[in-house]
This record gives sequence, C-alpha cells and structure tokens, in this order.
Amino acid sequence: MEQIINWLANILSNASWWGLPVEPAASVIVWAVYGFILALVVAPMAMIVLTWLERKIIARIQDRIGPNRAGPFGIMQAMADAIKMLTKEDITPLGADRIPFNIGPGLAAVASILIFAVLPVAPGLIGTDLSIGIFYVVAVGAFSILGILMSGWSSNNKYALLGAFRAVSQLVSYEVPMVIALITVAVVAGSMSTLTITENQTLASGGWYIFAMPLTFLIFFLASVAEVGRSPFDLLEADSEIVAGFHVEYSGLKFGLFMISEYVHALAVAALSATLFLGGWNGPGVAQAVAASPFWGGVLGFVYYLLKMGIFIFIMMWFRGTLPRFRIDQLLDFGWKLLTPLSLVNLLVMAFIVRLFQPGNVSMGAEIPAGPLASWGGIGQTITMLVASVLLVFLTTLVVRAFARRSRARGFRAIAAIEN
Amino acid sequence: MPADYLPILIMLVVAALFALVALIVPYYMGPRNPSTSKSDTYESGKLPFGTARRQVPIHYYMVAMLFMMFDIEVIFFYPWAVIFRQLKIFGLIEMGVFVAILLVGYVYIWKKGALEWD
Repeated sequence: MEQIINWLANILSNASWWGLPVEPAASVIVWAVYGFILALVVAPMAMIVLTWLERKIIARIQDRIGPNRAGPFGIMQAMADAIKMLTKEDITPLGADRIPFNIGPGLAAVASILIFAVLPVAPGLIGTDLSIGIFYVVAVGAFSILGILMSGWSSNNKYALLGAFRAVSQLVSYEVPMVIALITVAVVAGSMSTLTITENQTLASGGWYIFAMPLTFLIFFLASVAEVGRSPFDLLEADSEIVAGFHVEYSGLKFGLFMISEYVHALAVAALSATLFLGGWNGPGVAQAVAASPFWGGVLGFVYYLLKMGIFIFIMMWFRGTLPRFRIDQLLDFGWKLLTPLSLVNLLVMAFIVRLFQPGNVSMGAEIPAGPLASWGGIGQTITMLVASVLLVFLTTLVVRAFARRSRARGFRAIAAIEN
Repeated sequence: MPADYLPILIMLVVAALFALVALIVPYYMGPRNPSTSKSDTYESGKLPFGTARRQVPIHYYMVAMLFMMFDIEVIFFYPWAVIFRQLKIFGLIEMGVFVAILLVGYVYIWKKGALEWD
C-alpha cells in the first residue's frame, strides 16, 4: 500500500496542475480507490460469481448440470439475475417502518464490505494494518446482525420477525466460540494484527496455524459459517419454514444488497480463515518473488490467497449441498453446550503450550523468561499443539458420546413409560 | 495510532455511498405501479391478519442474556491475549482462575436449565 501511495505521490509532485499537498492527497486517493474497488467491484462480483459457482457446485453434487444456457458454462445467468434485480419494482409493504426498512440492507452490506479493510490480501496490499485487527473484524461483522434485526422488525411481516429473532439468537450464540477461537490465534501469534499473524506463519516459526491448531480452526470455521447464516445453520432464512426470513418483504436491489451482504460475508470468512490458519499470502516462492519485484511478488501472493480462499468457499458450498438444516434447539445446544466450553478449554491448553515454548527475549520493556522447552523451536511447538488438539478432540468425543448415551437412555425410558 | 483508522473512515464513506446509491437507484430504474394487494405483507397467499409487532418468546431473551454475560467475559481476553507473553507465568495462572470461575457460572446456568430451548 505504501509503495502505491509513494508512486502516486511521485506522479502528483511532478504534475504542475496539482496545487494541494501531495502526500496526504495521494494517501486519501489510494484508500478511496481501494474502497471503491471493494464496494463496486469485489462486492457485486462476489455476489455474481459466487451465486453462479454455488449453483454449479450444488448442481454437480445433486447430479444435475446447473445453469448452462446463458453464455459459456452459464456464467451470464448470474449476470442476468443481477440486471433483473436492478430493474424490478421497489416495493415497501403496508405498515412497514420506512427508515429502518431502508437502512437495514445498506447497513448489512456496508458492514460486510468493511471487514475487508483489515485483511492482507497480498504482500504489501492491505487496507490498513490495525493493531486490533481481529477485534475490528468481530466488531464490524456484528453490524450486519443489526441490519438483519432492523429489516426483520420493520417489515411488519410475521415471517420476517421470526427470521430476525432466529438470526439474532443464532448469531449471538456463535459469536462467543468464534471470538474465543480468534483469541486463541492472537495468543499464539502474540498479536491481534492480521498482518503480523500472516507474517508469523512462516516455516521457521512453525508453519501454518491449521497444522498447529486444527481444533481452533474447526471451532472458528463452524462458528463463522453459523455467523454468516449459511447451511447447515441457515435457520434464519429457512425457505421451507419461514419462507425467507428477514428479507421476505424486500424486492429489487434491496434484496440484492442482502445477497451481497451474505456472499461478501461468506467471502470474508473464507479470507479470514485463509489469513489466520492457512498463512494468508504465504506460499512457496513468495518471499523470493517479493525480493525480486514487489509487483510480481504481490501478484503471486494474491494468487495463493485466492486459492486458499477458494478452498474454504468450496467447503461452505459443499456443506450446503450435503448437510440438512439444524433444528433451533440443536443449533443452540451445539453452540452453547459444545463449542463454547470446548473453545475455552482449548484456549487455556494452547496458552499453556505457548508458555512452554516461549523463547526468552525483551519486548515492550518487559523481560520475558524462556520457556522450559524453548530450544525445540517453532516446529516443536506446532507438533505439541497438534498432539494436544488431537487429544482434546478425542476427549470431547468421549464426553459427547457419554452424554448422548445418557440422553438416549432417557428417551428409551420415556417411551417405555408411555407404552406401559 | 489514530491515523491508522483514517483509511477505514474513507472506506466507510465510500461503502456507504455505494449502499445509498444502491438503495436509491432501483426507485427510478424499475417500474412503479403500486396497488393495495401488491403492498400487502406476504403471508403465504392468505389475507394478512393482525400486526406483526408481537411479543418476543422468552427463549430469545434468555439467549441474549447469556450472550451479554459471555461477551463481557470475552472482552477481558483481548488485552490478555496481546500481552500474554509479558505477563509471564502470572498471566497463565490468573487466566486459569478466571476461566475456572467462568466455568462455575456456566455449570450453574446449565443445571438451572437456561441452555435448554423448551
């Protein structure tokens, strides 16, 4: 980002017609352009490409062909849908509360787009490297819940209201394990900045975090999928129960904004997973390429980033194609009774292992003593964490099994009592 | 650094402009012939009855309360996570105590049935 700003500042300082101060103007222009690209290119393209991709992938899973008439592989189908959305009549239902009804979709879309401001998408390309990056992601992501609640409440529709209730209860339930999983990553990386976390995942310091913390990844990913409200956690827009939930009364581009919000949020979850657990733009040859040429190194890193994002996007669509929807009690049980305590225990175990492998140094004026196993280095820490994660998964399976057996036995007793 | 947040402000303005345009444009692009039955609320094709502004089932309220509680606990994790290394062994033990207290409350609400849906 700084290189782009410097490059623009150079051009501006050579341009005789430019009267304003060069350095701040260049920064503002570059950031505004970045924002424009996010809002006007990435967001609509995310919706168009991802809806097409989703329809294709789910069609293949269900042994169909999917859209294939409009354009090559039916890619123009999604385009046509977008244009149709633009030219539909804008309907506000009777009795709707106009102001929140109109703000709701906008708020949801803006919140999803803004998540990308702190994600490092390529070496040297990040909107802004906040020291509280992870916290920012959680805070901004929560705003889309507000948009959903606003639109559900203001629609004056019973389905919409039910959908909004479900959405809020589900999203707040899964926020807790998601945040704790994020904090686990922050403890291991020693920072909440997304850039620092990316840079910490080199081979020398122990490799990608998904190898060290598969359980943390699993908690984060499942909670995030629930947070976006995608299948199998799509209770908030269950078509067969509450027709579409909170956006049942929306038409045209307002409905499109909800679609944009959902798909951009899904994209953001995939991007965040790639950043935190798959090493972001790290990959073979990136460091050398950046050293040789910042531009081509950036492109290579971006390609790696897109590939890693694609993996997670595909997994989310795979979920949607194969898993049935949860019931609301199952959903809340899964969040509160399994993910929340598990993420807490996981956090403590990981923190303990970090403590063991801590190399001694001085930072922020405090002297940090070396951990007892510091000589094993980053690889040792990764392996220990992996073993600990597998053990935790094993123990959790045992506990869940015991619980399931007990609740099944209770069910059998209840049936027997009725039959007698 | 406060200056780090300037890009976010700029992006917020740009994204908000995009949302605003997206909200206003279809009003002029699409056809407009309103009718009463078109702007009725959708209730599976039947005539809608009553208002949708109803009372909220108590379950949702419970979930919101639980969330408030846990989210406030989680707030304390953020600063701890960042200076975890500087806190040395004290930080680890302290957080162990904190989580233990949290788990006591957690077991209590579970036994009280606050986590049951029905």
